[in-house]
Amino acid sequence: MTEPFFELRGVKKYFRSKATLAQRILAATGSVPPPPVLKAVDGVDLTVTRGEVLSLVGESGCGKSTLARAATGITKPTAGDIVYEGRRVAELRGKDRLDYLLKVQMVFQDPYASLNPRMQVRKIIGEALRVHGLLPKSEIDAAVDKALTEVGLDVAYRNRYPHQFSGGQRQRIGIARALAVKPGFLVCDEPVSALDVSIQAQVINLFMDVREKHGLTYLFVSHDLGIVRHISDRVAIMYLGRIVEIGPASAVFTEPAHPYSAALIAASPSTARRKRAFQPLKGELPSPLAPPGGCPFHPRCGHAMAKCHEVRPILKEIAPGRSAACHLHNSDDT
Amino acid sequence: MIASKTAPVAADADTALRHKVLRRIKSRPTTRGAVILLGVLLLLALLAPFIAPQNPHDLASLSVMDNRLEPGAQGMTGITYWLGTDAQGRDMLSAILYGLRTSLLVGLTSTAGALAIGVLAGLVAAQFGGAVDAAIMRVVDFMLGFPSILIALVLLASIGRGVDKVIIAIILVQWAQYARLMRAAALVERRKEYIEAAVNFGLPTRHIMLAHLLPNSISSVLVVSTISIAGAITLEATLSFLGVGVPVTQPSLGLLIANGFEFLLSGEYWIAAFPGIALVLLIMSLNLVGERLRRSFNVRGQ
Ligand SMILES: Nc1ncnc2c1ncn2[C@@H]1O[C@H](COP(=O)(O)OP(=O)(O)OP(=O)(O)O)[C@@H](O)[C@H]1O
Ligand code: SF4
Ligand SMILES: [Mg+2]
Repeated sequence: MTEPFFELRGVKKYFRSKATLAQRILAATGSVPPPPVLKAVDGVDLTVTRGEVLSLVGESGCGKSTLARAATGITKPTAGDIVYEGRRVAELRGKDRLDYLLKVQMVFQDPYASLNPRMQVRKIIGEALRVHGLLPKSEIDAAVDKALTEVGLDVAYRNRYPHQFSGGQRQRIGIARALAVKPGFLVCDEPVSALDVSIQAQVINLFMDVREKHGLTYLFVSHDLGIVRHISDRVAIMYLGRIVEIGPASAVFTEPAHPYSAALIAASPSTARRKRAFQPLKGELPSPLAPPGGCPFHPRCGHAMAKCHEVRPILKEIAPGRSAACHLHNSDDT
Repeated sequence: MIASKTAPVAADADTALRHKVLRRIKSRPTTRGAVILLGVLLLLALLAPFIAPQNPHDLASLSVMDNRLEPGAQGMTGITYWLGTDAQGRDMLSAILYGLRTSLLVGLTSTAGALAIGVLAGLVAAQFGGAVDAAIMRVVDFMLGFPSILIALVLLASIGRGVDKVIIAIILVQWAQYARLMRAAALVERRKEYIEAAVNFGLPTRHIMLAHLLPNSISSVLVVSTISIAGAITLEATLSFLGVGVPVTQPSLGLLIANGFEFLLSGEYWIAAFPGIALVLLIMSLNLVGERLRRSFNVRGQ
């Protein structure tokens, strides 16, 4: 396989706040500025290799879920391309598009909102198989039972409704629903952050088990660096809609290249005891409606230089397989 | 249970609510009374042809000689008119039972029709958004901008009276409120992750609307519709009283009141008063039950 498994090329997702008719007229006449644009994802390039676990880390609101939704085809990016097995997703139609949608599955954050409360588990897991006719009707029940068993749920639960399960069990149902359509790539959007700590480990282990069994690839969104460190092959750090550092997990954790990565790792409870030289994360996340000029991290960066206020650093390779977007590492660019 | 040892969280919010509603209905004497009264009225309307002493629509069975008899009077044929007779010698009790039937028929059918149209319009508006949403909601705002009686009067004045026409008029008047409620509820549901999951599975839009959005957003609309049945019946009674509603051959309670109205001054109160009492009981019980449901489900009314 020469082509990369999954790629994001310059993906952007902008949200424009809905203007009222009066505002639109005023904006057209120039008497008030047009409604601000929220750049939730602002130019992300990312290559995912088949079989790896790539984690995506960043503070709340930096655009992780927005990126995950675009990657799975739930929303259309404002600009840029999603390339799955060498084909641009935007150009896929009919069966090809469905194949991409099913192969790239999302596991959601909220185990309560992500299951239809009025559908039995059996229907939830078998829905796509049934509606798309992926399996003959007579085989769907067996497929549902197989998926339930795989995620460690009793098949006797198949006629229950979501509210009859705990959060951890619901998350397992969500995983079973994704597995039922035989995906190759799971995009997991903080899949355990809503669960009790005692259950998180069980669900993480389930993720790792099914990955091994089916040879799955993961994009794992999380802000729990303890988990990320434990499961990832590579880590991407996101800040205000962009990736500021990406590299092998071990390298990024032991020797973060970007001051933001360093601050995140230093601030994380599971790594804090290592006492780094970097100061912990200070200041608030700036509003994504009005990101700072130059390096968007400069108001919070202890290493900020004059250049950082003026020039936005771009993501550049700093070592084989590692990239960072920081002037400390790209002293030659202007 | 391998998955977890925690107790099922939020154990069945829905069933719990249903139980709460049932408990409240049982514990409140007024609501309880209203439920029983409503049940009795429905039963009477349903069984009217079997329990009414007379078929009031069958002119051959009436005897004009028995006209305007007092409640409790005996007729020529020996039958007792417990609630008196009207100007045609029609037994008021029978007329009221059949009138109840007409009133409920119009109220329930028109509410069902308005619900169907309103729910569909609201669902489409919420799902497609943009210009479709704007167009539908513009029409809804327009409809809700006029008093319903005015719209119905104008319509009936131009298409004439008749049970089917009254039903059409009431549907036209009432669908918009359901559309607005349904749209609001569906917009909330649409933001939930299970809808995103359905999109992620490439499920057809129509399937997402009918299998996911509809069952999860319709409950508040259904609750409000209980009260709206009372509104529909009141509107029908008003239209019939004004002479543009149901035809004289199939009188509703409203038309019976209108027919008896002219005899009020001459002291023959029963011709208008008994249908009036029946109408009040029907509206009151529907309103009490509907209002209780609305409050229990915490739905904001119109
Ligand atoms: N549908 C939307 N309309 C408008 N703004 C949105 C929409 N979805 C997300 N945003 C905004 O985009 C930004 C990024 O949101 P996103 O949910 O992707 O963040 P996140 O990194 O997943 O955060 P969290 O860790 O809290 O889940 C936020 O400022 C959010 O308010
Ligand atoms: S570019 Fe400058 S401000 Fe931005 S992270 Fe690097 S040193 Fe800090
Ligand atoms: Mg998120």
